[in-house]
Parts: sequence; structure tokens; C-alpha cells
Amino acid sequence: MPNLQRSRRVENAKSSLIIIALVTLILIILSQMNFAFVGRYKHFYLQGTINTIVLAFFAVIFGVLLGVIISLMRISQSQVLKIVSASYVEFIRGTPLLVQLYIIYYGLPMIGIRFFDIRLPIIGTIPGDFIAGIVTLSINSAAYVSEIIRAGIQAVDKGQMEASRSLGLTYATSMRYVIFPQALKNILPALGNEFIVVIKESSIVSVIGIADLMYKADTVRTNTFQPFEPLIFAALIYFVLTFGLSKLLGLIEKRMKKSDSSS
Amino acid sequence: MIQVHDLYKQFGKNVVLKGINLDIKQGEVVVIIGPSGSGKSTLLRCLNLIEMPTSGDIIFQGQSILDKKTNINKVREQIGMVFQQFNLFPHMTVLDNITFAPRKLLKISKEEAYQLAVNLLKKINLENKIDAYPNSLSGGQKQRIAIVRALAMNPKVMLFDEPTSALDPEMVGEVLAVMKQLALEGMTMVVVTHEMGFAREVGSRVLFMDEGLILEEGTPQEIFANPKHPRTREFLGKVL
Repeated sequence: MPNLQRSRRVENAKSSLIIIALVTLILIILSQMNFAFVGRYKHFYLQGTINTIVLAFFAVIFGVLLGVIISLMRISQSQVLKIVSASYVEFIRGTPLLVQLYIIYYGLPMIGIRFFDIRLPIIGTIPGDFIAGIVTLSINSAAYVSEIIRAGIQAVDKGQMEASRSLGLTYATSMRYVIFPQALKNILPALGNEFIVVIKESSIVSVIGIADLMYKADTVRTNTFQPFEPLIFAALIYFVLTFGLSKLLGLIEKRMKKSDSSS
Repeated sequence: MIQVHDLYKQFGKNVVLKGINLDIKQGEVVVIIGPSGSGKSTLLRCLNLIEMPTSGDIIFQGQSILDKKTNINKVREQIGMVFQQFNLFPHMTVLDNITFAPRKLLKISKEEAYQLAVNLLKKINLENKIDAYPNSLSGGQKQRIAIVRALAMNPKVMLFDEPTSALDPEMVGEVLAVMKQLALEGMTMVVVTHEMGFAREVGSRVLFMDEGLILEEGTPQEIFANPKHPRTREFLGKVL
């Protein structure tokens, strides 16, 4: 036993040393950098962050809505709906997001589908190319969300549906009140991960000129002739967003578990 | 009350039911026994179309339930079912488990539903568990609540699919007692079970099934004391 304790202490000392070394290294690198631009360009970053959040927010909302529809098609009895939804999922998961973005942003207008500005209360005007970004991210995210939901629903014991149907309840009622609430416990953690992925992936829309955080960081880069620091700062903001969200979701999950165990 | 005509059920190439004919009369307690894989659970699950038969017909109160015009949900309201694995809804309290279907389908008020649950729980001495969640209950308690959940819809027939097979031995008695009480009250019951004592004592008719066929049927005395078919004799020799 003392041997084991000793080796554990050595392990701890080793890992502490590595952490200290890493932090020192990062501090040395940071000390070589110049973050003076942040003061001047803080509005760039603020606007970019807001745009990124709005983009991710709508992409997640529509992604989940569309994802629910596709997952319901996937588990339905109809062969046609099954094939349509399965092909959708396979196609979206099997092609790069960037290609999807180009197809929607450059391709759709060529066959007459254009994206117009939309005026909304509170949020203000959302430009057309912004809409294209939201549409792409939603369509992309929906494929992953639908798989998460499908797996969550199928993980609920088959006996639950049988018991509900045996009482005379319809398929829809059983789904809504018996299966879905139980599936939600399987779905939520994975869905939280998907939200985080959407925030990060949304940075790709900067290539079609949507003024998100990544785009703004690029602008700052060209304005300041600093190739590195503006990106580091943007990365930091992305990290704060995703890390904060992940902690928040962890908290919600914990609360759900608590209410579950008291049951 | 229920007539089964020449019922077949096939899972892929595997023929599980090979022509079942059965007539269940009001007030009867029909007990189905037989080795595992004989198709007894499948037969039971076909009676409320939880399992879809491949061919044949099932008549419930003079109406074919396989007819496309029949609303199967209305039929199921009148056929209660109890499962081996209880299948209580884990995210609902005992109260909600019992009253969920009556409130949705019979449109009774919250107060009526509560009273209904209390009355049913009194029958099984579990009225103190009304606000509990299924996970905090023992297997025997769960199954008794699953029985009254089915009773809450006031069904005309009750189907029991090996209701005591997933229970610890010391809890089998309390569940069988509830079922026996139900039989004494005149409920029409179809019970798939391995509890030969229950079959002998409570059953009004016993069916012996093997390899998708009803090989022998009769009163408990006939089947247990004087089995005619060699397979029945062999089976009873092993389990008794």
C-alpha cells in the first residue's frame, strides 16, 4: 500500500510539473504578443460575437425542429419517408459543410432561390447572406440532431410503447407523453454537444462574408498587420462561449439527474 | 367474448403459431401453459394486436379486430394487459401511471381520476404509494400497480403475459393473490404462466400449447390429473 501511495504522489508531482511548465510557456509566448489592438477593435469583436451567437442560436433552433421531423420520418412505418430521411442524413453527413454552404449560397440563387433580408422585432434586420448561413447550418445540424433523437427514442424500452398502446392510447399520444419524456434524458446531453459544435462550425460562414466573430477577427488582422494575436483573441472568445455553454449544460444535466434519483 | 379462428403468426421464416382456434367466454379464466417457445406469449399478444397475426381472424364481442374498419384503440381500451416486465412508466408517479389513460381517453376530471386511483390502490393495499415513482417500488408492488393501471380503463378482459416470471420468489404470492381476487370478481382473464398452482386453483380452463399449436385443453382436473397427450404428460412430468 505505501508503495502505491508513493507512486501516486510521484505521478501527482509529475503532472503538476508539466502543468507549471505549460503555463510558463504560454505566459512567455503571450508576453511576446501585443494585445493593444483589443481596445481599439473591441466593437469589432463584440459585433462579431453577437452575430456568431445569433447565427448559432437560429441554426440550433431550426436544426432541432428539422431534426425532429427527420427523426420521426426515420422511425415511421412508411418506407418512402424512411428512405428520404436516411438519404438526407447520409448525404449531409457525407459531404463537407463548406461545400454545402457554397451550394446553398452560390447554387440556389442560380436556380432562382434567393435569400432576402428579413426584418425582425428586437433583433433588427437580418441580411440575406446571413439567412443563407443560418439555412446551411440548420440543414447541416438537422442531420446530426435527427440521429441523436432517433438513437434517444430507440433506446427507450419497447415495452413502454406496448404498455401505452395496450391501454388504448394512440401512437401519437404514446410518443408524446410516454416515449419522448424518457427519450429526452438520452437526447439532451448529446444535443448539448451538438450546440457546441454548431457554435464552432459557424465560423465557416465567414468565407461568404457574413460578419461573424471569425470574419471580424480576420478584419482586425488585416487592419493591424498582426497575423496572430487577433486570432488568439477570437479563439479565446469561442472558447469562453463553448466552455460556458458546456458548463451550463452540465449543470442542467446534474439537476435532471437529481430529480430523477429522488423519484 | 373472444373467438380466434385459424390464427397463424410468422416471424420471417419462423412459424410461431400454426393455426390456433380458441373461444373465450365471459367470466372464464383461461390459463395457457407450455414450454418456452411454444407460442403462448405470441398468441396472447395477438389478442390485442400488440403483435400482428399473419393470417386468421380474431373476433372480439362479435367484431373482427383485424377488420380495417375496426378502431383498434377502442378495442384495446376494453382489453387490459399486464406484462412480464411490468412496463410502468418510470417518469410518472403511481397516480399518473394509473390515471394517464383514463384521463386521456375517458376524459374524466382530475378529482375523479384521483378518486379512481385511490379506490384501485386500496384494493391492493398500496394507497400510501400514490405519489411514489415506480423505481422506488419492489417488483411485486410494481406488478400489482401495473394490474390496477390496466383495470383503471374498466376493461372487459384482462390478458396476463407471464406476470410473475420476473419477480423474486417471495413476491409471486402477492401478485397471484390480486389475480385470484380479480377472477373471483368475475373478470374474464387469459393468463400465460408457469405457475401450475395458480392454473390448477383459479383456472376454469387450461390450454397446453407446444410448437405453435394447442395440443390439449380441458378443466384443470382433466389436464393435471389425467393428461391425454404424451407431450402434455412429458411437460407436466418436468414441471410438477
